[in-house]
Amino acid sequence: MPSLASIAQGRLVNDHRPWPRVLVTPEIWGAVAKELAAGRGALLGLWGDAGASCAVHMAVMAEDTKDIVVISLECSEEQFPSVGALHPPALRLERALHSLYGLRPIGAPDSRPWLDLGFWGVQYPLGARSAAPPAQPYEFLPVEGENLHQIPVGPVHAGIIEPGHFRFTASGETVVRLEERLGYVHKGIESLMAGTTIESAAKLAARTSGDSTVAYGIAFARAVEAAMKVEVPRRAHYLRALMAELERLANHFGDIGAICNDASFAIMHAHCGILRERVLRAAQFCFGHRLMMDQVVPGGVVADLHAKGVAFLKDALQQFRQTFPRLVELYDNTASLQDRTASTGIVDTALARRFGASGFVGRASGRDFDARKNPGYPPYQELNFDVPVLTDGDVNARVWLRIREVEQSFALIEQIIERLPQGPVAVALDMGERVGEGLTLVEGFRGDVLASVKLESDRVVQCHLRDPSWFQWPLLEAAIDGNIVADFPLCNKSFNCSYSGHDL
Amino acid sequence: MRRTLFESLVHGPLTESPPAPNDTAIAELAARVDRAARRRLGRSLAIREVDAGSCNGCELEIHALNNAFYDLERFGLRFVASPRHADVLLVTGPVTKNMREALERTYRATPDPKWVVAVGDCALDGGVFFGSYAVVGGVSDVIPVDLHIRGCPPSPNELLKGLITVLEQVSG
Repeated sequence: MPSLASIAQGRLVNDHRPWPRVLVTPEIWGAVAKELAAGRGALLGLWGDAGASCAVHMAVMAEDTKDIVVISLECSEEQFPSVGALHPPALRLERALHSLYGLRPIGAPDSRPWLDLGFWGVQYPLGARSAAPPAQPYEFLPVEGENLHQIPVGPVHAGIIEPGHFRFTASGETVVRLEERLGYVHKGIESLMAGTTIESAAKLAARTSGDSTVAYGIAFARAVEAAMKVEVPRRAHYLRALMAELERLANHFGDIGAICNDASFAIMHAHCGILRERVLRAAQFCFGHRLMMDQVVPGGVVADLHAKGVAFLKDALQQFRQTFPRLVELYDNTASLQDRTASTGIVDTALARRFGASGFVGRASGRDFDARKNPGYPPYQELNFDVPVLTDGDVNARVWLRIREVEQSFALIEQIIERLPQGPVAVALDMGERVGEGLTLVEGFRGDVLASVKLESDRVVQCHLRDPSWFQWPLLEAAIDGNIVADFPLCNKSFNCSYSGHDL
Repeated sequence: MRRTLFESLVHGPLTESPPAPNDTAIAELAARVDRAARRRLGRSLAIREVDAGSCNGCELEIHALNNAFYDLERFGLRFVASPRHADVLLVTGPVTKNMREALERTYRATPDPKWVVAVGDCALDGGVFFGSYAVVGGVSDVIPVDLHIRGCPPSPNELLKGLITVLEQVSG
């Protein structure tokens, strides 16, 4: 059987790195969509382009060889054959593509807008922008049955969380359908980036999803470096990985505590909160910012790690290694807590694979994928770590997966500190008259962040960022199916999808 | 669990002493607070957080206010689930066009007297997102703001400073 990458034949685009981008015919575009639907590949991203000629781009990864390829299709009459018609994970991406670019997926089963809630005053802001027609009321999917009631939740939620709308349909206490409506925090990042300097675009990338600012920083920087063929000093790679693992630790500590808190087990929340705060203080001490925002820049990192920082980190790790196992034991030995988390909000393995779900959502449901290993990027090839995978797919599995990843991050940080190479932490970017394109996958705490960048000398022509949440939000709808309404906060927290990263 | 609880008793709290109120913030607030309201609130404020378009960075630091180091509730400040229970709206983000109506409705649902604290550089004027087709601008472009807390994101200490200032001014 030919692999997905070999099917994706067409005219090779120059200067797209490190993976090929090919211009394809509608037939090949359709053939690739069929391969995705048959489970022989994972969809990594689907986005539009309003350059000289309208085009759609699709990044895919072959399931067998793990080869990555981007295929591009020029759109005649502002339309293209729908991928979502064959492969549902593409549906929301296509709806967003239509709302933002005005490019219509032909044959798509769902033509409702996505991200565009009717308040912008313009339609197709990234394509042929024009004044918006009067907004139509949004139609949620119809629900039929006896004794059903609906619960609308949001956009303003009850906690300190991001806005989004959830429409529950319940029979008694049991959820029979959840439908999400997102886009409330859409800030138009892609349009702000277009035509701006690399420096300003990096600032926007770092503010795509605040909890993953390091991951986005690295993704944007690596895409720019690939486009410009820039080699970053080894020490910079190590410092980036150090920041990424600190970010993972901080978020996982916070999540483990918050999930337990949503099951009313406050003591875990309190203790995990202390661990999280200690990570942020270590970040502040070592890099001068608690979330390490703007510390990763194209070319390297901003600040070097000083000897006192290394000592601070070693101390902190020693503390974590003492405290964390006791909290794990506490989680493991509290039956009343496990009663809430075990067998709640199950994501089926086949569904996780079909959606190409990454991060703890995918790996707790048996999808063995971690961008640090595959495709892999420096310095992770030089470090020893495991990618934990579980198969239960419930809230409990997502907690345990985070616990196991925390342990791996401890080991990674220790290795990074131990092996930190000497030398500079950044190189100057040589701004020429060159044109280049770069694509990258970086493993944030939540999953793989995709960044695609097109540069012309020192300007960003286009930058598309795809948050892992795109392929996790739909699974939350499936996970809550058949669970009681009161377990939704628990399920939602165990997913911890990004609103801002998704809405862009 | 017993061991963890016992150690908490022996080791004493991690909670740190509070920062002093912020002088410039006092000046910004002083004009807006009337004495009757101060008496009514009695050193206790209920806060409703509204994300009007933030990147989630500010939310993370607002969350941190509840951890053992900052322990916001010792000041009589607590986060509530509904604007109907709130005295203070803590608003983050550049206000996106998609959130404008939700923010206005949340403001209207909050009973008087009420105060609005805008958190973060984006909440001041839209920050790096200023000028986008999808962004209105700062919080004060949509609802009246009593105090701005700068930062990207502001640290929990800066947030605490701002909130203590509000508390001192409205209930002092």
